[in-house]
Amino acid sequence: MNALRDILSQGAQMLLVLGLAPLLTGFVRKVKARLLRRRGPPLLQPYRDLIRLMRKDVVLADNASWLFRVIPYLMFAGTWVAASLVPTFGNGLLFSWTADLIAIIALLGSARFFQALAGMDVGTAFGGIGSSREVMIASLAEPAMLITVFSVAMIAGSTQLANVAEFMGSDAVGLRVSLGMAFVALTIVALAENARIPVDNPATHLELTMVHEAMVLEYSGRHLALVDLSSQLKLLLYVSLIACVFLPWGIATADASIGRFVFGALLYIGKLTVLGFLLALFETAIAKMRVFRIPEFLGAALMLALLATLLRFVSGSL
Amino acid sequence: MIAVALWSVAVLLALTPAAIALSMRPRGSVVLYGACLVITATLCATALLHLLDPAHPVLSATLPIGLPWLGAHVRLDALSAFFLVVVNLGGAAASLFALGYSKHEDSPGRVLPFYPAYLAAMNVVVLANDAFSFLVAWEFMSLTSWALVVSHHREAENVRAGYVYLLMASFGTLALLLAFGLLASGAGYDFDAIRASHPSAALTGMVVILVLLGAGSKAGLVPLHAWLPLAHPAAPSHVSGLMSGVMTKVAVYGFVRIVFDLLPEPVWWWSMVVLLVGGPTATLGVLYALMQRDIKRVLAYSTIENIGIIFTGLGLALAFKAQGLDWVAALAFTAAMLHVFNHALFKSLLFFGAGAVLGATGERDMEKLGGLIHRMPKTAFAVLIGCVAISALPPFNGFVSEWLTFQAILLSPQLPSWGLKLAIPAVGGLLALAAAFAAACFVKLYGISFLGRPRSDVAASAHETDRFSLTAMLLLAALCLIAGILPGLLIDALAPVSKAMVGNVMPHQVGLQWLTIVPIAESRSSYNGLLVFVFAALCGTAAASAIHRLASDRLRRAPAWDCGYPDPNPAIQYSASSFSQPIRRVFGSVIFAAREIGEMPPPSSPRPARLRVELRDLIWDALYAPIAKAVSFATDRINILQFLTIRRYLTLVFVALIVLLLVVAL
Repeated sequence: MNALRDILSQGAQMLLVLGLAPLLTGFVRKVKARLLRRRGPPLLQPYRDLIRLMRKDVVLADNASWLFRVIPYLMFAGTWVAASLVPTFGNGLLFSWTADLIAIIALLGSARFFQALAGMDVGTAFGGIGSSREVMIASLAEPAMLITVFSVAMIAGSTQLANVAEFMGSDAVGLRVSLGMAFVALTIVALAENARIPVDNPATHLELTMVHEAMVLEYSGRHLALVDLSSQLKLLLYVSLIACVFLPWGIATADASIGRFVFGALLYIGKLTVLGFLLALFETAIAKMRVFRIPEFLGAALMLALLATLLRFVSGSL
Repeated sequence: MIAVALWSVAVLLALTPAAIALSMRPRGSVVLYGACLVITATLCATALLHLLDPAHPVLSATLPIGLPWLGAHVRLDALSAFFLVVVNLGGAAASLFALGYSKHEDSPGRVLPFYPAYLAAMNVVVLANDAFSFLVAWEFMSLTSWALVVSHHREAENVRAGYVYLLMASFGTLALLLAFGLLASGAGYDFDAIRASHPSAALTGMVVILVLLGAGSKAGLVPLHAWLPLAHPAAPSHVSGLMSGVMTKVAVYGFVRIVFDLLPEPVWWWSMVVLLVGGPTATLGVLYALMQRDIKRVLAYSTIENIGIIFTGLGLALAFKAQGLDWVAALAFTAAMLHVFNHALFKSLLFFGAGAVLGATGERDMEKLGGLIHRMPKTAFAVLIGCVAISALPPFNGFVSEWLTFQAILLSPQLPSWGLKLAIPAVGGLLALAAAFAAACFVKLYGISFLGRPRSDVAASAHETDRFSLTAMLLLAALCLIAGILPGLLIDALAPVSKAMVGNVMPHQVGLQWLTIVPIAESRSSYNGLLVFVFAALCGTAAASAIHRLASDRLRRAPAWDCGYPDPNPAIQYSASSFSQPIRRVFGSVIFAAREIGEMPPPSSPRPARLRVELRDLIWDALYAPIAKAVSFATDRINILQFLTIRRYLTLVFVALIVLLLVVAL
């Protein structure tokens, strides 16, 4: 019975993240458009785009290798697995012990590794510039993320997300300076990792400032659909991660009733709405940075995360 | 078992004179490498059986060679057995690779005789149980590897590499000699006697520093690393793989054997020193690697990074052991040993890959490669796995050892010492930086050399390497995956080593549900590489088959899009230097004093504009250059003594005699 419930909640989680990811992107786009007093594309546009792309032929560059064709699937698989291990509505995921938070970050790292390789496969200048800048951004964002994870894990006494969420939802946490710093650091990292505005612009094309779009420039058809879906999943993952660590209320425990699970799912959608709205608001309010300002932005995240960890070492209650 | 090990070493030594004769024969190298393969495989199997023996026997023997009153003591315990596995697995893989690769060798007489001797020397270091045999074997290992480094002696660069290597190797042996001298003052040279002795705290502290200098210079710890990126790439590729993948591990063995085994209980400041050397070594090593454009040099610098990770693990183990938290020490120590094993696998694989590229194109410079994935698909596949594994990405093996190290770091708030409380988060941050840089570095290595379009004619006309080399690489790649998805087996195999060195073991792993690894408790952390791999593979294939069946599986080939500006010239692609330009700008301006100098021709001049990048090795400038300068200054001054008259020489001799007599008399 328990095993069945865990399998069901794991399966529901996998389908939920896959189903919601394009919607979140569509929602953020819509809010951004409304904030700019445009009407914006309909909420469901990302789904239509994905279906359209999947039905189209793949146009492959002449000298693309087998790796280029495999990478979209690798990226998608890595991101999907990572996203299905972050508790969203309930804690009792069947495979929650498969990978802890560090492993989830590393799985996303694998996806990025392959994406950067894809940018270099065809041998164009744009692909190279995208990959080169992506690894520069990652070389700062990834350590900042890991150290943020350290500080959170030291407070919660675990790197298992289910336990972290449970601890964060309990009264034992209280208000802590280090958690505040970790929150800011995680937000900055999330913006950078998802190619959001001050770091990269998800809406541009044909511009020398682009990073993510430059890497995937040669993709088309179903490959592009998978790459897009992976980045939508990644956005959902980071938003869920922030929700799970810093707004853990309402996540159903493993042995809760069906009603609690449904309540958790509704609350989760509410959290996504609020965080997605905040993201859109932030992106509208801020300008894109020059590439060589990004290290300072991410350096701030790195320092905040390190400070949060040090505070934890210095005092158990900060 | 120890008899098998000793006889195998003896056969390896006997092969050395035979190799001189064999090197004259046309098929001689095949015979020699075949013999080395058989012997190292035997040694590896023997050691593995010993390591897995549930009784964990400690075997020792005394041979009537060496110093007459001492003899040569050898001992096979869990630690030696584990390092024998590492040494001989690397040795067997290198011999298998060399079976095919050796046909590229134009002067086999300069490589063949030293190769078995080098393998034998590394084995003897690991087996030795007295200071005399240890040091003789250590020096023999240095000399034979030096001979292999200068085997292509007509290139000035290799001769310089050999010179620097010889100097640093002598320095390292000197430091170890002094360390053993201090240890032997109360006990003698036999390791068993040293173990039983009780040296004073001041003496052990000095020994730790000396061992860190001696073993650290061989392993490549910053700032003693200067020789490594020169010497490792200079040797033939299979030997480079051995030097980077295996010999640095023998150096780690030396450190572990003396500091964890021969010395009494550690003091907390030892760990502080090791951590403060290990963390920066990891980050600096990989930053150096990112700035290189020679494949083998990138790999050599990345070895320095991995040694940094291993020493960080050892430092953590020392810290926890000094505070009596031996269950965490077991975790940190096992992580370090696992990384020793993992690094031996993927670094050998990557050096073999570099060798295959070198054999196919004659080029080590990434700026002249590109597109090799089309010309050498199997090599490209094996190297890709090596690159993913070394970048510490799941589900491969590099991730597991780094993950365990991070888990040990997360337990460090339990340490009472304030110095460590502040140092360990900083070291953790450095390791995180190193991991991210490593991924960047190997995206660059793989993307520039194997992907894209060929940047030169040799790269465009490259051909797949031979079967033996491919077998060696694919075997290592398979081991990287197996070690990544079944790490519990390795952790359990390492239990006797950890028991003997830090006095505790990690929880038993095999038998946990789905072969998960749980370093402390399931409520703290767990990781299951097997499930991650299966899960991801299922998701990927499910997505692929669903899309192919339900949506579209059509595919057309067309010219690259490139935003509408495709250029047929391959020089338009990103190069190795331009790829690392953003990171060079962010980090290099301080660490390497990097400068970019653009030279624009005057208007109307047809000369092309040039961009020059200047990088300085500040450690070389600050540490090595002054020493070299001081030595040459002193030799210049003393040089006048060479041109004296006979009268003055006689006076000098007489004065020296008087001074000596005075010293003796007083």
